[in-house]
Amino acid sequence: VPSLSPFPFPFSPSMVATWMDGEKASGLGSNSSKGGLSLDVPMALRVFSVDYYHVQAPFEIVLWIMLASLAKLGFHWSGRLPAVVPESCLLIMVGLLVGGVIYGVRHSAPPTLSADAFFLFLLPPIVLDAGYFLPGKLFFENLGTILWYAVLGTLWNVLGIGVCLYGVCLLASGSLGDVSLLHCLLFSSLIAAVDPVAVLSVFQEIHVNEQLHILVFGESLLNDAVTVVLYKLFESFLRLPVVTGVDVLLGGCRVLGVGLGGLGVGLFFGLVAALTSRFTSRAQVIAPLFVFLYSYLSYLTSEMLHLSGIMAIVTCAVTMKQYVEANLSERSNTSIQYFLKMWSSVSETLIFIFLGVSTIQDVHMWSWAFVCSTLLLCLLWRATGVILLTAVVNKVRRNVVTFRDQFIIAYGGLRGAICFSLVFLIDDFPKKRLFITTTIVVILFTVFVQGMTIKPLVELLEVKRRKRNLPTVSEEIHSRLLDHLLAGIEDVVGYWGQHYWKDKFEQFNQRYLCRFLIREERQARSSIVRVYQELERRDERADEEHITHVDVRCQTRPHLLEEMDSIRRILTRNLHSFNNKQIPAYSRHTLHGTPAAEGRKPLRRHQSLGGKHSPWSQVTPTVHSITHSSIQPYS
Amino acid sequence: MGSTNSTLSKIPNVEELMRETGFSPAHIVRLYDRFESLDKEKTGHLRPEDFGAINRLAMNPIGDRIIGAFFSSGQDTVDFHSFVRILAHFRPAENNRPRDPSLPEPVNSRISKLKFAFQLYDLDKDGKISRAELLQVLRSMMEMQVTEEQLESIADRTIQEADLDRDDAISFEEFRKVPLGDTLTLTQQRVASK
Repeated sequence: VPSLSPFPFPFSPSMVATWMDGEKASGLGSNSSKGGLSLDVPMALRVFSVDYYHVQAPFEIVLWIMLASLAKLGFHWSGRLPAVVPESCLLIMVGLLVGGVIYGVRHSAPPTLSADAFFLFLLPPIVLDAGYFLPGKLFFENLGTILWYAVLGTLWNVLGIGVCLYGVCLLASGSLGDVSLLHCLLFSSLIAAVDPVAVLSVFQEIHVNEQLHILVFGESLLNDAVTVVLYKLFESFLRLPVVTGVDVLLGGCRVLGVGLGGLGVGLFFGLVAALTSRFTSRAQVIAPLFVFLYSYLSYLTSEMLHLSGIMAIVTCAVTMKQYVEANLSERSNTSIQYFLKMWSSVSETLIFIFLGVSTIQDVHMWSWAFVCSTLLLCLLWRATGVILLTAVVNKVRRNVVTFRDQFIIAYGGLRGAICFSLVFLIDDFPKKRLFITTTIVVILFTVFVQGMTIKPLVELLEVKRRKRNLPTVSEEIHSRLLDHLLAGIEDVVGYWGQHYWKDKFEQFNQRYLCRFLIREERQARSSIVRVYQELERRDERADEEHITHVDVRCQTRPHLLEEMDSIRRILTRNLHSFNNKQIPAYSRHTLHGTPAAEGRKPLRRHQSLGGKHSPWSQVTPTVHSITHSSIQPYS
Repeated sequence: MGSTNSTLSKIPNVEELMRETGFSPAHIVRLYDRFESLDKEKTGHLRPEDFGAINRLAMNPIGDRIIGAFFSSGQDTVDFHSFVRILAHFRPAENNRPRDPSLPEPVNSRISKLKFAFQLYDLDKDGKISRAELLQVLRSMMEMQVTEEQLESIADRTIQEADLDRDDAISFEEFRKVPLGDTLTLTQQRVASK
C-alpha cells in the first residue's frame, strides 16, 4: 500500500525509491516523511526520483481509460474497418492483445474484471445514458410487447436451456456427471439474458427501423429483473438442502416483487430529483450533478435491497427527464447530455476491453460437449421463443412484427458483460471453471459472429430500415401536412383505446405533477407570457447555433448545395413537431439535434392572442380573408 | 349489441350511409356517439365552434384548415351524414380485394385521401396550389423564428421539385407523384384501430 506523503507532489527529496524495492522504499518514505525534511545520512540527495507506488492505483486506472479511448479513436480513423467490424469486436481484440502482452511480461494472469467494479461503476452510466435518451413515446406504445418478450421470453429461454443442458450432462456423464440440474439452471439463467450493452453497440452500426430497435433494446433492459431474480433464486436454492414447491412459488412472487420494487425506487428518486431541480435556479452550475447523483443513488439503493438496479435507474431517468429539462437552463441540459454520453462511452469501451483481457486466464476448463451444446441451445431456444411469442402478440398489435423483424430480434440477442460478471460470482464448485470458459466462448461468439454477420444479413433480408435517403423538400412538407391532417382527424373522431390511459396520464401530469415539480416561471401560463418565454428561450439557443441566412435572389435559380443543406436544417428544426412522429432512435455516438420536443408544447399560435385570427393575419390579410370568410370566428 | 341497434335506428338512412361509406355498424355507432358529444347544444348540427372546442385540434398547425374542410360546400353547419362522409375518406383501404374497374373510385382509396390533402392547400379551389397558398401553409407549419426569405426559398424549392409543366403551381397530378407511400400506410393503420 503506497503511503500518502504529506508533500503535495510525488517527487520529494526525502523519498528515495527504486523500482525493485517497492515496499522497502515506501517504508523508507514513510519513515523519513514522519520526520519531515530530515534526510538519512548515507543517502545522497536525489534530484530526480520516481515513486510509482505512490500513484499506482489512480495511474493504472487512468492508463486503462486512456488505452480504451485511444483504441476507440484509432478505430474510427481506420478507414473501412468500422463498416465491417463492429466497435465492440475490435475493442475485445485490443483487450485480448493487451491481456496477452501482460501475460507474456508477467507470466501470470492479468487483472480480471471484478464483478463489483462492473456492477457498481461500469454498468450504471451506460444504463443511465440509455434511459435518459429513451424515446419515451415509442417505448410506452410498445411496452406490452416489450414486457411480453422480456419476461416470458427470458423464462422460456432459461428453463429450456437449463433443462436441455442437464440432459446433455446426463448423456455425457463421464466428464460432466457432477453438474446437477440446479447448476444447469443457474448457468442458463445467466447465459440466457440479452445484454443491453452489447445490443446497443451492435445495433448502432445497423440502422433498423425505430420500432425494431426499441423492441430489442427495451427487452434487453427489462429482462434484467427476471435474470437477477432467477439467478439469485437458483443460487439460494443451491445453498438449501432441499427445494420444495413452496420455494418455487415464492420465487415466482419474487420476480414480480423485484421488478416492481425497482420501478418504485426509480420513481421515488426520479420525483425527488425533479423536485430538487426546481430550486436550482440560483446555483445552476451544480444542477447537472443532481441528475447523476439521484440516478446513481436509486441504483445503489435498489441493489442494496436486492431489487433490480437497472429498472430503477431507467425509471428514474425516464421520470425525471421532462421535469428536469423544463427546470434547468439550456446549458445545464447540454452538459448533462454530454457528460452522460462521455461516461457511458468510456464505460462501454472499458467493459469490452476488460472482456478481452479477462479471457487470458491461467486455467481454462474445456469440454466440447458442454460448450457446443450451450451455443446451439442458446440460438435454438431464442429462435423458437421469439417465433412463438410473436405469433401470439401479433394478434393484438397494430404494427405487426414481420418475419424479418423476428429474425433480427432472435439473431440480435447478444450476450455481454453482465453474463460474464455473474458467472464469476457463482459459489465455487468443481465445474466453475467450465462455466466461466463456456460463458466467455458464448460471449465472444455472439459478439463476433453474430455482431459481424448481422449487418450483411439485415441487408440480405431487406429489413425495413430507417429512411437513409434524405427525403426531398416537397416530400417532407407534404408528408408533414398529412401527418398533421391525420392527427387532426383522429382528434375529431376522438381516438380512444390505446391512448386513453395516455391522455388520462397527461391530464394528471399537467394538473398536478407539473405544477408541483416545475419551477414557477417555467410553467405554461397565459399565452402572452408563454410566447415571451418561448422567444427568450430561442434567443438563448440562437446564441449558440447560428441559423444560416439563406439568400434568395430569383425564383428559377437552381439551388446550390449549401442552400439545400440549410433548407433541410431549417425544416428539421422548425417544422412543428407532430404528435406521433417517430423520433430519431437513440444514438450512442451523437446527440440528435432536436430540442427536447416532448416537454415543451409547441407554440400555441391559434389559441393565443385572442384566438380569432392566427398571428399571420396581420401579414397577409388577403389570403386569410379567404380562409375566414367561410368560417365563423371560433374560440 | 342491443344498444347498437337502438342507436342505429335513431339515424335516418343509415343503411345507405353504411353502403356509401363502407363503415360497419359498430363504427357508425361510435361516430354517432362522438357527433353527439361534440354537439353540445344538441341541435343535430355541428358548427365550427364545436370543432374548435377540441383542444388538440386547436393546437394543430393546420387545425383551422381541417375544420374548414368539413364545411367545404359553403354551409356553416354540418350534419351527421356529411360528417361521416368526410371521415369515410380515412377508413383504411382494403388492399387485398381486387378492385372492380367498372365501379367508381372508392371513397377511402389513396387517391381520395390525397385529394383531400390537396384541398387543404388549395383554398381558392382553382385546382392548383399556387406559390402564395404554399407559403401560407408553410407559415402555419413552421415555427416563428423562420424568416420570410427562408420560407420563400423553401416554397421555391418545393414547387421546383414537383412542378413538371413549369407553370409555377402544383396541380393535383403533380401532387400525386410525390412519393408519400410510407406515411399513408402507417396512418391508415392508426386511424383504423379504435
